[in-house]
Amino acid sequence: MNKISLIIQREYTTRVKKKSFIIMTILTPVLMAGLLFGSGYLATKEDNQTKVIAVIDKTNITEGAISQTEYIKFKYLTETEVETVKKDFEKSGYYAILYIPENVLISSKVQLYSNQQTTVGVNEHIVKALDVFFTNIKLKNENVPLDIMKRIATNINVNTIQWTKTGEEKSGSAEIVLMIGYVSGFLMYMFIFMFGAQVMRGVMEEKTNRIVEVIISSVKPFQMMMGKVVGIALVGLTQFVIWIALTFGIFYGAKFFLLEKSADKANTTVAANIMDKANAGMPQMDAGQYQEMFDQIAGKFSAVNFPKILCCFLFYFLGGYLLYASLFASVGSAVDNDTDTQQFMLPITIPILVGLFVMMNAMQSPNSSIAVIFSLIPLTSPIVMMARIPYDVPNWQLALSAFLLIITFIGAIWMAGKIYRTGILMYGKKVSYAELWKWLKYKN
Amino acid sequence: MNNFLLANNIVKQFSNHLALNNVSINVPEGSIFGLLGPNGAGKTTLIRIITQITAPDQGEILFRGKKMTMEDVYHIGYLPEERGLYKKMKVGEQALYLVQLKGMSRADGLKKLKYWFEKFEIQSWWDKKVEELSKGMAQKVQFIVTVLHDPKLLIFDEPFTGFDPINTNLVKNEILRLRDNGATIVFSTHIMSSVEELCDHIALIDKGKNILNGNIDEVRARFKPDTYELKFRGNAQDIKDTLDGGIEFIEEPTRGGVGHLILKQQRKIPVRDMITAINSTVDIISFEEVIPGMNDIFIRAVEGNEKKA
Repeated sequence: MNKISLIIQREYTTRVKKKSFIIMTILTPVLMAGLLFGSGYLATKEDNQTKVIAVIDKTNITEGAISQTEYIKFKYLTETEVETVKKDFEKSGYYAILYIPENVLISSKVQLYSNQQTTVGVNEHIVKALDVFFTNIKLKNENVPLDIMKRIATNINVNTIQWTKTGEEKSGSAEIVLMIGYVSGFLMYMFIFMFGAQVMRGVMEEKTNRIVEVIISSVKPFQMMMGKVVGIALVGLTQFVIWIALTFGIFYGAKFFLLEKSADKANTTVAANIMDKANAGMPQMDAGQYQEMFDQIAGKFSAVNFPKILCCFLFYFLGGYLLYASLFASVGSAVDNDTDTQQFMLPITIPILVGLFVMMNAMQSPNSSIAVIFSLIPLTSPIVMMARIPYDVPNWQLALSAFLLIITFIGAIWMAGKIYRTGILMYGKKVSYAELWKWLKYKN
Repeated sequence: MNNFLLANNIVKQFSNHLALNNVSINVPEGSIFGLLGPNGAGKTTLIRIITQITAPDQGEILFRGKKMTMEDVYHIGYLPEERGLYKKMKVGEQALYLVQLKGMSRADGLKKLKYWFEKFEIQSWWDKKVEELSKGMAQKVQFIVTVLHDPKLLIFDEPFTGFDPINTNLVKNEILRLRDNGATIVFSTHIMSSVEELCDHIALIDKGKNILNGNIDEVRARFKPDTYELKFRGNAQDIKDTLDGGIEFIEEPTRGGVGHLILKQQRKIPVRDMITAINSTVDIISFEEVIPGMNDIFIRAVEGNEKKA
């Protein structure tokens, strides 16, 4: 027992101390958060600049139709052509030139010229305004009274409300559930593959460098294998926990930071109050648009049962990982070099990929029979089930799936132990499936 | 001979060949035991059975009179023929890991490692990565790790490969010193000169069978070809005339007036009679029995076995 813990320790520390691990563990959530906040920040920053757009209107009727905003202004130019404005574009300080041709009613096309990529906000603003304007003109031409149009305008909003057994109602968000299912399913796929492959590479390293020969006289092969498998599992868990902690840390850190800033701007209240709110994560008063943004996000997530998802993720990660890692370990022990791994990798890779594809399908229809079946089959259940869990899977299915997974990974470990024991000391032999079968039957 | 380590009628069958066919060896306590044999003879398989890495199909290993168990493995230091280290790990860290796996405590291991690193003058390697070491350097580290926990039984599989003559000598002396300190050593090698220098007992395994066994002097005596080497002053023809019949003479070149003759007995003639006869015709400078080297014995034994098979 002591020896296993020594092996686990070595497998764990050598990996965790690696630069690549540290960088990846810290950088991934920072990058994700940075990407989210960065793009949002850039978008708001750009909107703060006043953009003057020159309009050359050949129809001469749209003036005033496009409303000005705080940052988007329109200047109508008459008696001029696009080319002339273009020439002095740099000096004029215009952001873009909007060209409305005479035949716009027929073609429904206008041009926006600029020396840079115009922002989505500007484009949308113009499109929306002109849409309404030209639709109205067309309606007028067809003799439809405008007030009828106003009365029949419809905009449907779907508010999904989920009730629980206790009768409590939660407003859910389909997109969030979809996203969480997708992220956790994909993360599971990545983790199983990544850490499973690490086990295989580790076993091969020990075999091809003849390290096993040195260690095998002090440790039983099974201890060696399990030490490696468990050590790498701990590496995976460490990475996962750090990711979760960092993601939440960054989210709340950013919330606090931005809230404080906006609160200062609004000159509203003392810092203690903000701290309170940041900690409670509950809206009490208006402290700017950031508050609203965070509350929206937090509100959408509140319908999601995070503890349950985390627990399931941990269970399915461990189960799926143990199952696949032992398969990967036996492959690593059976071969002499990388090229030989191909033939054995295929049957391991296929179920993982099938799991990935079924997962994508399961996100659309989480209770379809295909999703249910594949979330019970142990080889695919970790990935597929993760995508179904945010949609509240019946308990019996969860229990059955968990039970089957446990049985299977115990079987896989037993089998891998047998192959591993023979494989690690076998060199210079191209191993076939028949050979592996023989190893399984060896008594000792 | 006491029974420190006994292998009794070991049989090990692999899927397509018989690796060990009824092999028995008896290693006396405090001896250096040479396990010899051509490549693929089954030496490594036998060693793996002794170290409990694989189990024999038949037969048993007795260690200090009792059937060997996993617990006894702690008392074995095993240096395998194919030996490797984690390339990315630091030398000291790795050595410490390996001796801890052997069951030593961290503090104890650290203390002893420092001592041995100093002794082998390799302290500066402690924080180097293994991939920076040469093969011979890595071997030194492995040797230290093998003997560090003062095992009662040491098994070295080809301990000298990869060492330069200076380091070979260093390791040889260490092996002798370990024996003097009470350890029993089994080692396999292809270098027959080292067998002559170090071994007290040998076993020669060929094609899974033990074809030669015993005390090295006895074995060499058994193989002595009844041949004598004579150096003398005088006429070689006189000797041939005196010793008429039953002896084949091979004349070696004369150097500085000293004649040199190899005498091969065709039939047993008492050595005393031979000397008396020679003494009466020439001045004897030296007369000695030719004892075969292990190299010759090895080749003759293995070739003899091939012919039988």
